Amino acid sequence: MSSNKVIHALYDDDDILLSAVKSIKEGKYHIEEVYTPFPVHGLDKVLGLAETRISIMAFIYGCIGFSVSILMMNYIMIEDWPQNIGGKPSFSYIENMPAFVPIMFELTVFFAAHLMVITFYLRSKLWPFKEAENPNPLTTDDKFLVEIELLNNEKELKALLKKTGAIDINIIQKQDDHE
Amino acid sequence: MYKFTNKLRNLSIILMVAGFLGLTYGFLTAPKTIKDAQAVVDDKHHGDGHGASHGEATPDSDHKESHTDDKHHHQASAHGEQDGNDHSQEHGGDHHGEHLLHQLQNKPWAALYVAAFFFMMIALGTLAFYAVNRAAQAGWSPALFRVMEGITAYLLPGALIVFVILGLSGMHFNHLFIWMDPEVVAHDKLIQGKVGFLNVPGFLIRSLIYISGWVTYRYFSRKFSLAQDKAQDISNHKKNFRISAGFLVFFIVTESMMSWDWIMSIDPHWFSTLFGWYVFASMFVSGITTIALIAIYLKSKGYLEKVNDSHIHDLGKFMFGVSIFWTYLWFSQFMLIWYSNIPEEVTYFITRIEDYKIPFFGMVVMNFIFPLLILMNSDYKRVNYIIVMTGIVVLLGHYIDVFNMIMPSAVGDQWFIGIAEIGGFLFFLGLFIFIVFKEISKAPLHAVGDPLMGESERFHY
Repeated sequence: MSSNKVIHALYDDDDILLSAVKSIKEGKYHIEEVYTPFPVHGLDKVLGLAETRISIMAFIYGCIGFSVSILMMNYIMIEDWPQNIGGKPSFSYIENMPAFVPIMFELTVFFAAHLMVITFYLRSKLWPFKEAENPNPLTTDDKFLVEIELLNNEKELKALLKKTGAIDINIIQKQDDHE
Repeated sequence: MYKFTNKLRNLSIILMVAGFLGLTYGFLTAPKTIKDAQAVVDDKHHGDGHGASHGEATPDSDHKESHTDDKHHHQASAHGEQDGNDHSQEHGGDHHGEHLLHQLQNKPWAALYVAAFFFMMIALGTLAFYAVNRAAQAGWSPALFRVMEGITAYLLPGALIVFVILGLSGMHFNHLFIWMDPEVVAHDKLIQGKVGFLNVPGFLIRSLIYISGWVTYRYFSRKFSLAQDKAQDISNHKKNFRISAGFLVFFIVTESMMSWDWIMSIDPHWFSTLFGWYVFASMFVSGITTIALIAIYLKSKGYLEKVNDSHIHDLGKFMFGVSIFWTYLWFSQFMLIWYSNIPEEVTYFITRIEDYKIPFFGMVVMNFIFPLLILMNSDYKRVNYIIVMTGIVVLLGHYIDVFNMIMPSAVGDQWFIGIAEIGGFLFFLGLFIFIVFKEISKAPLHAVGDPLMGESERFHY
């Protein structure tokens, strides 16, 4: 039976949070989520999250942007309306390439960055005007919150969290989604 | 405490001897007269299968003082002008034989100079990286400080060798710097306008100022670093922080001026305002790569137990980032000159693209495309053999970068990576290994006293 009770432990330092997550993990408790005001280095590894694949996508998006920039400029500047670039009317893409390199670079970065953000939103199920799931507004400021599933082990878990340096411990009755 | 093994010592001595022989061969085989010089070029053209007519028209040795106007000679050397050599047009065809002789006589000197400068540059780049880490109070790097201090030990001998070569140029032992020749300056309005800056005494005095400034910083920083190991407080660390910050200010000015003096003035007509940065990027990435290579080598021998793969990962990131920074400057310099197409600027790149196509574009592959694709992956930066492989390619690429900066103006289209060039590289490689590892063996590899050492030991990404 899974309970819908969770325990919220609040921390005020990322290093303390990291070591706390380690000891909670060692105690075989199930961490549902960790809320932090900024990305904490090494937290994903400690939590045992699967490695992100966004970097692979970034490379692919960059390649798409690179290709788009070449095709686009070749069409605009060479084929559709041939331009005399820098007083060198060669009308060849490759001979005029130095002039195009900044745009090739910018579009590579543009595609990689924007598509990465969109991918990240899709994967995180975020969209504009979505209501925040953040349980405690302090985690948008300077506090760190660990949410742990509570099964009849309140006492020991509370003791453990105290020991790891939590500044505040709350037990929360979670609202069921289908209620 | 690292011990300089006999094996490595012998290797470095063998490299030095082999390199010395190669350089000697280069100097001995350099042509003495215009006739010899012409013969060298004709031989090469025979090989290419289109030099027969030049062979018949080889000028006699009494044309050595070829200020005399001589149509016959002019014809004989006409092929040089086809090769896009703008100097021959500037000075008139009668100078061509002499010009060719100078180029071929410059060749072993340039080979020596490129290699001497390249290894000096590694030590200087490492010194800059070291000072940046000291001034930023970086927490990750103290575990590598002793390696960096070892590399920077090469700065004093390396820079002095460069200085001696510059001094010999000033005494007209070679024609690397044509503005040092009063004969050339007399006929050259552009150089005459620069005489206030480009004159031999000023040039050598400036060089001495740069070298003494760098070496002084290096001496005190090393001293404080060693004293910190035994100290009770962190006063040595603080002193090191202060002089490092001061040094960086001194460095960025003198490094820029050094690059104008020691490299850009080889082409006295040409100038680029970002040249100092360009050379800096090259030396920075070479220095960081060398730190990584030596750290991996020492680790493979069982030293540097506190250095983990996160440290190597960080060096890999720097290699990757600074390689891209180098490319950015390389391209910025190229694109602006290509776009504006101003004759006295664009000759620089025309020479390089026409006569140096393979090294010029090859180095972009070695210094940019290769590290970009290999080091992009985060995991690869933690794999030692990938860092070593990429590092070797990057170092060779930056050797070619220096080659491309110096050779075109020194030897024109007569370049070749032959015995003299390889000899120069090996000689300085041997000297570099010898001095660096000797210095590394003088102090414990672990800087125990550094207040940031704890952070560096725990460093884990």
